[in-house]
Amino acid sequence: MATTQERVDTSPKVSDEVKYSTCYMCACRCGIRVHIRDGQVRYIDGNPDHPVNRGVLCAKGSAGIMQHLSPARLSGPLKRVGPRGSGEFEAISWDEALGIACGWLGQIRRTDPGQLAFFTGRDQSQSLTGMWAAEFGTRNYAAHGGLCSVNMAAAGLYTIGGSFWEFGEVDWARTRYFMMFGVAEDHDSNPIKIGLGTLKGREDTKFVSINPVRTGYSAIADEWLGIRPGTDGLFVMSLIHQLLNNQKVDLDYLVRYTNAPWLVINQPGQADDGLIARDSDGHPLAWDKTSGQAVNALLPEITPALAGTYMLADGRQARPAFELMAERYLDEQFAPEKVEQQCGIDAQTIRRIANELAHAAFEQAIELDIPWTDWAGRRHEKTIGRPVSVHAMRGISAHSNGFHTCRAIHVLQMLLGSIDCPGGFRYKAPFPKPAPPPTRPAGKCDDVQANTPLPGMPLGFVSGPEDLLVDDDGGPRRIDHAYSWAYPLAAHGMMHMVIHNAWAGDPYPINTLFLYMANMSWNSSMNTAQTMQMLTDMDEASGEYKIPHIIYSDAYASEMVSYADLVLPDTTYLERWDCMSMLDRPISSAEGPADAIRQPVVQPDRDVRAFQDVLIDLGARLGLPAFTNPSGTARYPGGYPDYLVNHERCEGIGPLSGWRGKNGDQHGRGEPNPDQLQAYVDNQCFWQDPLPESQQYYKHANGPYLEYAASMEWVPDASQIIMQLYSEPLQKFALAALGHGDFQPLEKYRERIKLYFDPLPIWYPPLEEQLLNNRGDQHGAFPLHALTQRPMAMYHSWGSQNAWLRQIYGTNRLYMHPDLAAEHDLEDDDWVYLESHHARIKAQIRTMTGCNRDTVWTWNAIGKRKGAWNLDPNASEGREGFLLNHLISELLPGKGKRFSNSDPVTGQAAWFDLKVRLRKAEAGEALSEPQFEALSPVPGVQDRPDVLRFGQQFLPAGSWRRKPKKRNRAP
Amino acid sequence: MDPAYSIIFFSSSSGAGYGLLIWLATGRLTGFWNTSPTLGMVTGLLALILVSAGLLASMLHLGHPERAWRAFSQWRTSWLSHEGVFAILTYPAALLLIAGWIATEIPNSLLATASALTIVLAFMTVACTAMIYASIQPIPRWHNGWVLPLYLLFSLASGGMLFILALGLIGSPQPPLRATLLGLLVLTWGVKLLYWRYIDRQKVESSTATATGLSALGEIRQLEAPHTSDNYLLKEMGYQIARKHAGRLRRNALLFGLAGPVIAVAIDLSVAPSALSHTIMLLGTLSALTGVLLERWLFFAEARHLVTLYYGRGV
Amino acid sequence: MTGLPPSTGKKLGLVTDLDICVGCHACSVSCKEWNAGGHSAPLTDLNPYAHDPLGVWFNRVHVYETDDGEGHTQTVNFPRSCLHCEEPACVTVCPTGASYKREEDGIVLINADTCIGCKLCSWACPYGAREFDSDDGVMKKCTLCVDRIYNENLPEDDRVPACVQACPTQARHFGDLGDPASDISQLVERRGGFSLMPESGYKPVNQYLPPRQRKDQAVATLDLQNVPSGRNDDPQTDGFLGWIDKMLSR
Ligand SMILES: Nc1nc2c(c(=O)[nH]1)N[C@H]1C(S)=C(S)[C@@H](COP(=O)(O)OP(=O)(O)OC[C@H]3O[C@@H](n4cnc5c(=O)[nH]c(N)nc54)[C@H](O)[C@@H]3O)O[C@H]1N2
Ligand SMILES: Nc1nc2c(c(=O)[nH]1)N[C@H]1C(S)=C(S)[C@@H](COP(=O)(O)OP(=O)(O)OC[C@H]3O[C@@H](n4cnc5c(=O)[nH]c(N)nc54)[C@H](O)[C@@H]3O)O[C@H]1N2
Ligand code: SF4
Ligand code: SF4
Ligand code: SF4
Ligand code: SF4
Ligand code: SF4
Ligand SMILES: [Mo]
Repeated sequence: MATTQERVDTSPKVSDEVKYSTCYMCACRCGIRVHIRDGQVRYIDGNPDHPVNRGVLCAKGSAGIMQHLSPARLSGPLKRVGPRGSGEFEAISWDEALGIACGWLGQIRRTDPGQLAFFTGRDQSQSLTGMWAAEFGTRNYAAHGGLCSVNMAAAGLYTIGGSFWEFGEVDWARTRYFMMFGVAEDHDSNPIKIGLGTLKGREDTKFVSINPVRTGYSAIADEWLGIRPGTDGLFVMSLIHQLLNNQKVDLDYLVRYTNAPWLVINQPGQADDGLIARDSDGHPLAWDKTSGQAVNALLPEITPALAGTYMLADGRQARPAFELMAERYLDEQFAPEKVEQQCGIDAQTIRRIANELAHAAFEQAIELDIPWTDWAGRRHEKTIGRPVSVHAMRGISAHSNGFHTCRAIHVLQMLLGSIDCPGGFRYKAPFPKPAPPPTRPAGKCDDVQANTPLPGMPLGFVSGPEDLLVDDDGGPRRIDHAYSWAYPLAAHGMMHMVIHNAWAGDPYPINTLFLYMANMSWNSSMNTAQTMQMLTDMDEASGEYKIPHIIYSDAYASEMVSYADLVLPDTTYLERWDCMSMLDRPISSAEGPADAIRQPVVQPDRDVRAFQDVLIDLGARLGLPAFTNPSGTARYPGGYPDYLVNHERCEGIGPLSGWRGKNGDQHGRGEPNPDQLQAYVDNQCFWQDPLPESQQYYKHANGPYLEYAASMEWVPDASQIIMQLYSEPLQKFALAALGHGDFQPLEKYRERIKLYFDPLPIWYPPLEEQLLNNRGDQHGAFPLHALTQRPMAMYHSWGSQNAWLRQIYGTNRLYMHPDLAAEHDLEDDDWVYLESHHARIKAQIRTMTGCNRDTVWTWNAIGKRKGAWNLDPNASEGREGFLLNHLISELLPGKGKRFSNSDPVTGQAAWFDLKVRLRKAEAGEALSEPQFEALSPVPGVQDRPDVLRFGQQFLPAGSWRRKPKKRNRAP
Repeated sequence: MDPAYSIIFFSSSSGAGYGLLIWLATGRLTGFWNTSPTLGMVTGLLALILVSAGLLASMLHLGHPERAWRAFSQWRTSWLSHEGVFAILTYPAALLLIAGWIATEIPNSLLATASALTIVLAFMTVACTAMIYASIQPIPRWHNGWVLPLYLLFSLASGGMLFILALGLIGSPQPPLRATLLGLLVLTWGVKLLYWRYIDRQKVESSTATATGLSALGEIRQLEAPHTSDNYLLKEMGYQIARKHAGRLRRNALLFGLAGPVIAVAIDLSVAPSALSHTIMLLGTLSALTGVLLERWLFFAEARHLVTLYYGRGV
Repeated sequence: MTGLPPSTGKKLGLVTDLDICVGCHACSVSCKEWNAGGHSAPLTDLNPYAHDPLGVWFNRVHVYETDDGEGHTQTVNFPRSCLHCEEPACVTVCPTGASYKREEDGIVLINADTCIGCKLCSWACPYGAREFDSDDGVMKKCTLCVDRIYNENLPEDDRVPACVQACPTQARHFGDLGDPASDISQLVERRGGFSLMPESGYKPVNQYLPPRQRKDQAVATLDLQNVPSGRNDDPQTDGFLGWIDKMLSR
């Protein structure tokens, strides 16, 4: 019998219009097509032509509509009227809001611009915000990199002039052996997934994931190594040990592209011990075997020695860096048998992995018929590839030994000759840059003056103690203590310390804390409970808040909004112009530079303004030189779009690289083009300029590429970029700690610097673990590691307001190995108390075999403060969901003045150093702890619907499913 | 399966109603027992009320009750359609049967046909109800040979209790009938016990291994459900009752469904009719109906759907 | 059995590669996004911002752990949506004919205008592919994006299901599984694709590709025995120092 088929319209109208833009459901910057129907967003999908995502879209990106329609959207500027944190606000006009901001900021700028701390979070406009801060004249500026992954950035930039994160990528198409260290999701979200999909299909390719937890990417790895957290450095050094032992390293590569042959002065006890031997022009020296003398190591065609002790012309002894390195890692302490216990990876496996690496690098080497020309003008007929690739992220960086561990990984890559070659890890423009890049941080004592811009940018790379931002007594100059002796290489600042230090007035009180897009009273702070107290703490004497003014820009009713005095509501990502600039976080790939914009695809229906517009407006009102014309009028009256087109960082270089020049026919460099944004819109909102194949590899040594890069101002000149196996800046600090030089640390920092500054990667147990173990009475009291992972379908805190995503991750569990659970008499769904040296939380557990036995973990930032995000105060995120952050102290264990819970080299927040103990909770209410008073609703947010019928408006007119339903409440 | 009250009420109530109709129509057709006009009218109408209330409840369970008429359209393939068709057809037959007690001019032959049709149609309707469940392959505890006889037996037993109660009330106790009912009660619950024994030992071919096809990798257990929030599937099909709780309810079902009525009927059989004996029979009947409701509730609550295999549960 | 077309012109369906699915939920959310405004619009969400949100989804991603009892455990991500079975009881149980299988391509659909919301079809589906929209009072399910795959208002390349288009790892494939020569059938053949719960007899059209054998043992070409584990510290012979002493040129 026939079926009863309905007549299906298989070609319904999809949209009236398709607008291209860039996704901002996370920082991956995928290209999107927004399908608009009847003026509303019908559907968002991936742009197939886009270099980042090539048409795919992740879960978050696909839920963009729900972010855009979130009832937690702020609807207008707010002024606090009740006590801070009470959530009592008054809706005010923009004029009033900007007036208040200018009042506070103008006063500061006229007296001491350093009284402003301006910190930004998840944004992608750091070239604007950084410049604004510099123009304002404060050194107290940073984006969130210090709490995110500065260890990767700093280790990479000081070592190979590029870095993991989103600034380099695996050659997915060609790699034969891929190692992923500590990645759950990362910024290159879709590219990694696309890459893994391709790689896994190849029979001859192996994917190893080193991660205490086996979920997501690790789930599809050929081999999962459930390492004990914080021990990757040892593991990598053991691999290096093994490779050296087996003589499986690419000596040619080392000699050509790294400082392995550079001579290191060997003068124990002297001020120059361990520094690079240089000629009178400052060139590093190498021992040329042919001529039998020390020569300029940068010269081509020399035949440098990698081992031996040599006498320099001035009589000092020196040894090639390589030999020092080999000596270190050949030491028995790095033998697989010696590290297996600590790493939780058996020696046999370590040895096998090392051999597999060598096998892939040297026996499966790739030879491409791509001729290229090196920095010295020599033509190479083939492009050789060592198809071993690595990607590493926060599992490495979020430990206090992460800087060195990441450096160790880069050393491993160098030894295998697999950086920027076919099948290896590849730089994305504007990288590589000199290691470290030549910009130094501005903000020394005299740099901050009333009514005066800083003489440079607040963030940069110190090359030695002389570049630190310290006062005459050697104390920190920045509010976050970045670039102080405590955290000398804090290249991204230390946002996680700002609230604590501002509250403590350490090193000085500040007047205004200006935050943008960072949920600092919740998931992006350590020690969240006390952070909230610090934000509301009053000075007894003056009756003023310890942090007198807080200005905050958010688009949604986050936890942080309730702690602001002045709220500047932003638009959603579909309602504004944005820019993914070569000056900041472009969308380049290894094939060439690319940048992108975001365009308003719909107009806001609320009294909100794009933050960048507001910042530029504030700049003009405050009279900051870069934002005003000499006549005093606003320089960019058209706001951010005006700035994007007309701002020039230096001649011909602006935020956007595409379609420059009066006629829009220049790329990279050229005069501003008034129609530039239209050109972007006409070209799907991105620009790319693929490099010729001959410039796509060995970019650090590729002559034509380096010349091009120099012409684009990505690098200061076209000289070869030499990877720093041996890091001299670190040695300079070590020497200072040993009492050498004009700039020496105060006593309290000396030991730290001695311990943690080493020109070659070292491994030490994470600091929290060290200190806890040293407290004799407490030995072993906190035996477990506690971690978080990013869920692929959630972006930090801001996904929870999303009606679709919160169904997937509406609450979180504490995961652990069944053996660990059994030890504590625990079963799935039981509740436990988790205690650190600092605090206690209560959470519900789930067991899994794919978890290191000494580790517990949970999904990051799912737990919410009740009442935040315009969620029902009873929502699971607040009731059952929990935040690990309460357990993480921003300070190391101890008494008195304590160091930040950060990497002692870079100041990177050591989120994953957390050690805990576990105790079964008595049966009780299914409620996580701690719980806080529910936040009151922020005025102006929309009513939350009880039934969401998104999509019915697109049904054919007259469809019964379009009619408003009687029931408005959920049953 | 979610023991939705509307559905439980539907099959219990309509089951009793159809059972009652069968007893009544059989009496009328065969004359084996007294079918006075009062009895006929009262039990006949009661039966139709029970049936209608049940059907109404099942309609209310629908997402679109106003479209219920569409449920007849697939009368060739769907058990639910069959049930609807038989349910509707039962009405004219039963009404004619009942009318026979008022309108004496209706010829006996017609009434006999109506009686016979009522019996067959009521029987078929209950059988279809049973088959709706028994045909659901993903629910192994329903998809078996026990369900059809059980639905029929419960329908006859609960209808029988009502019928005997009514007979007693009009002073026509019919001892053999009561003895038959005793037997029927024991048989019904006996079969139910066998059913329980069956489902407790049932071996289901499907498992998480076949559901996911991952058996080559070993034991399979769900680490994370797709969503942390609930969904329709779990609410509708994931209902689970604790073994202990189910055991208690089974005992209660037996107590109410079997012990109560058996004692009542036995007392009724052995004492002279009196207000007390009628009260006891009334209580016995209520007890029987409660037993059926419990049994029906358990029928759902203990049923496990294969989809729960995907959620890491056993079936 | 009646109610089903005796045969279908094509057997359109999906193939999911469990070897590369990372469990990112892109397929579920993109499905939700497209279909919320598509043929079965809306996919209602109850209590969207409260404690117990309850939404209609056509595709859900599970995570399983396997354990072979010999110390080898694995995590497998597992998306689940309608399999567009060849002989599904979800069609034959339907009293209204609202649930049907298309003759031309085998897609199993629900007619929202005639569904009475009796839920029987969802009981009859062992795969949990049908979700009741209590607000609309009708059953809804994966449409295989019937309003995309033939949609002349979409560019040709986009005429694939939303979940297939979105999947970042390309773990999802779409095509005619009835044609043994199609790319997708070949893929199934090559990778040993399988049906879920074949014992149901429903004959799912959609297929799953098993996780590949993990390469977590020694690579065959490497002879572990012969790899030295200790350092050769005799610098005189062609040991370590001898090795690095070779002539290298910059
Ligand atoms: N325990 C633990 N804590 C962690 C981490 C961890 O791994 N474990 N990770 C750390 C890391 S790496 C990071 S980067 C931080 C991230 O933490 P945050 O930077 O705080 O990130 P989000 O939670 O996404 O919050 C960003 C804020 O931006 C707001 N926002 C969203 N869109 C817009 C917009 O368009 N305009 C404006 N003006 N505001 C907007 C959101 O509403 C939210 O309040 O968390 C850190 N915290
Ligand atoms: N979906 C989604 N994507 C995001 C974000 C998000 O919130 N959601 N956030 C973005 C941001 S701000 C960032 S910084 C990136 C971060 O991206 P990831 O680096 O992927 O960050 P995490 O999720 O913190 O993952 C850290 C991983 O390291 C593992 N790990 C922890 N300790 C160790 C260790 O000692 N050794 C090893 N080998 N592994 C370890 C953890 O188990 C975890 O898998 O992701 C970005 N992308
Ligand atoms: S990874 Fe996802 S959320 Fe991030 S930009 Fe790309 S599509 Fe958007
Ligand atoms: S998967 Fe379920 S809904 Fe889909 S065709 Fe098969 S039985 Fe029907
Ligand atoms: S719920 Fe709708 S589609 Fe499903 S069986 Fe009932 S009438 Fe048919
Ligand atoms: S084919 Fe379409 S409807 Fe079906 S799961 Fe994929 S996206 Fe959803
Ligand atoms: S989108 Fe692809 S990788 Fe992600 S869960 Fe779905 S099938 Fe798996
Ligand atoms: Mo981050």
